Amino acid sequence: MTPADSPPDPSSGQPSSAPPPPSSTGAHMAPAERSVVGTLGVALMGAGLRGGTPLQKLVLGSVGAGLAAMAATGRNPLATALKIRQTQSGDVLVSDAVTIGRPADDLYAHWRDLASLPRVMTHLQRVDVLDETRSRWTVTAPTGEVSWEAEITADEPGRRLAWQSLPGAAIDNAGEVLFRPAPGDRGTEVIVRLTYRPPGGTAGAVLARVAGEEPAQQLRDDLMRFKREQELGFAPTTEGQSSGRAAAGRIA
Amino acid sequence: MKAIVWQGTNHVGVETVPDPTLLLPTDAIVKITSTAICGSDLHLLDGVIPSMEKGDILGHEFMGEVVEIGRDVKRLQVGDRVVVPFNIACGVCDPCRRGLFSACDNSNPNHRMAEALYGAVSGGGLFGYSHMYGGYAGGQAQYVRVPFADIGPHKIESDLRDEQVLFLTDIFPTGYQAAENCAIVPGRDVVAVFGAGPVGQFAARSAQMLGAAHVIVIDRVPERLSMAEAAGCQTINYEQDDVMVALREATGGRGPDHVIDAVGMEAHGHGPGAIVDTAKQRLKLSFDRITALRWAIMSCAKGGTVSMPGVYGGLIDKLPMGAAFAKGLTFKMGQTHTQRHIAPLLGRIEAGEIDPSFVITHRATLDDAPELYKTFRDKHDGCIKVVLDPWG
Repeated sequence: MTPADSPPDPSSGQPSSAPPPPSSTGAHMAPAERSVVGTLGVALMGAGLRGGTPLQKLVLGSVGAGLAAMAATGRNPLATALKIRQTQSGDVLVSDAVTIGRPADDLYAHWRDLASLPRVMTHLQRVDVLDETRSRWTVTAPTGEVSWEAEITADEPGRRLAWQSLPGAAIDNAGEVLFRPAPGDRGTEVIVRLTYRPPGGTAGAVLARVAGEEPAQQLRDDLMRFKREQELGFAPTTEGQSSGRAAAGRIA
Repeated sequence: MKAIVWQGTNHVGVETVPDPTLLLPTDAIVKITSTAICGSDLHLLDGVIPSMEKGDILGHEFMGEVVEIGRDVKRLQVGDRVVVPFNIACGVCDPCRRGLFSACDNSNPNHRMAEALYGAVSGGGLFGYSHMYGGYAGGQAQYVRVPFADIGPHKIESDLRDEQVLFLTDIFPTGYQAAENCAIVPGRDVVAVFGAGPVGQFAARSAQMLGAAHVIVIDRVPERLSMAEAAGCQTINYEQDDVMVALREATGGRGPDHVIDAVGMEAHGHGPGAIVDTAKQRLKLSFDRITALRWAIMSCAKGGTVSMPGVYGGLIDKLPMGAAFAKGLTFKMGQTHTQRHIAPLLGRIEAGEIDPSFVITHRATLDDAPELYKTFRDKHDGCIKVVLDPWG
């Protein structure tokens, strides 16, 4: 079944449940962000013209000119350089995939049990299941705890699960996980795509990235954790092993 | 317990560190009876392998006695005598099920470090070998924690001495896999081995066991060449002869059908290429010096195989790709899938086809190890292989 919000893409050759492919041009700024960045750029250029040492003039002038250029073109080259991907509508997109040696039905069942997701996705504080389709998600963010309500928008057992935040969410976001049989006897390909509208637009996404909050790396780690939980039943570790470092090793 | 610890580039030392403990129910603790220094430990000593941390316990060739097992360990019992592969594998992921144990998906907890350097793949963990490969404490120590204890360790139930089976943990399977990767046609194919260190010695003898018509070994260290001659190999000293000319002459102008590069990224070499490689490595512009690999490609016969057990770490350039293309060469490389070779090679040792202890030149204790790292690196005192007794 194809949900109304994700028409099949005839060019991708993927199952019809796949959403439209992400924009690869990257880093489009929303109109509000453009005007804020443009104003800041012009102000900095003005400050640079007015005074200070020649070096200050040069720095303020060029940073200002850079910001003004970003506003004029609607592109954030920092976001592009940091490989922050965006959808056509300007949301940040994070996606990744992993192959797990287990049947799709088992993996789907684990994912459908939303309350258990924080075990795999470590930045998730908790998921409270409210009813058959609605749930409340709580994450730890750099600014503290953030939570929102989400709704399951597509549920195809063994194949796909999609969800979207409800109006009023602190961070507008949506996500889907696809379960696809891997060729041969390799199990299941699990593909996760998450989109969100970062507070502060592309600049916010760049700041978050620079501050070390990397959703793409978090997702990769989460998928590897899920794979290891499913294939091994535990996570390999060297935590607490002996070494020549003073703090390591056995705690008596 | 006593252990050999990495203290920084060109510094290893003997330290007293905490005894290892079981961290997961699938772990075992092994009391080490014999351990060795491997040529690839020298890459750690030289600091050309990224992601070492001060305090890391070195060593990945070791064997001993199981003294403790986790509650989920089924195939081992306390008291078992085991050899332990240098690579750590989970046994259940797709690469493991295909016998590609060193490519295990699951055994490296630091997968993100390897992915950042090598793309979206991470090999399995290794004992005593940098945090990119998991940062697992090694076995140049009195005890070691062995994760995935049901998958790696192999029981030794005959009365073979440690010295006869110890090298099943790395250098014997590594040399054997290098020869196996050549798909030697018995009685027909000529195999050249660059580098007559321990892996080169085992590669040459394995090529003979697999039926090579003729084996040629290239090095510059006389005692290494003598060891290869003792096994019936032809040898070439590249400091005295032009390697390319000598190999053409030895093969009727065809070149060896298969060439094994048992040197890897720290080739000494000579000539302008070697000088450029060394300078770039010192400036951290490149990790790898590739004289041996260039010779391997240039000398190999048409349609042949370049098999690479030697370790490479980073990017290389001035690679004669045109020659490889023109001759239609096949390249085979990678860490050794030790787990799949141990049983058959143990069978060959038990049948008397080979006694791996031939390679040992030095026996010592852990206390002597820091000095012997340097002796081995500098190839002084006829040093080819060092075995350590942790309790001596």
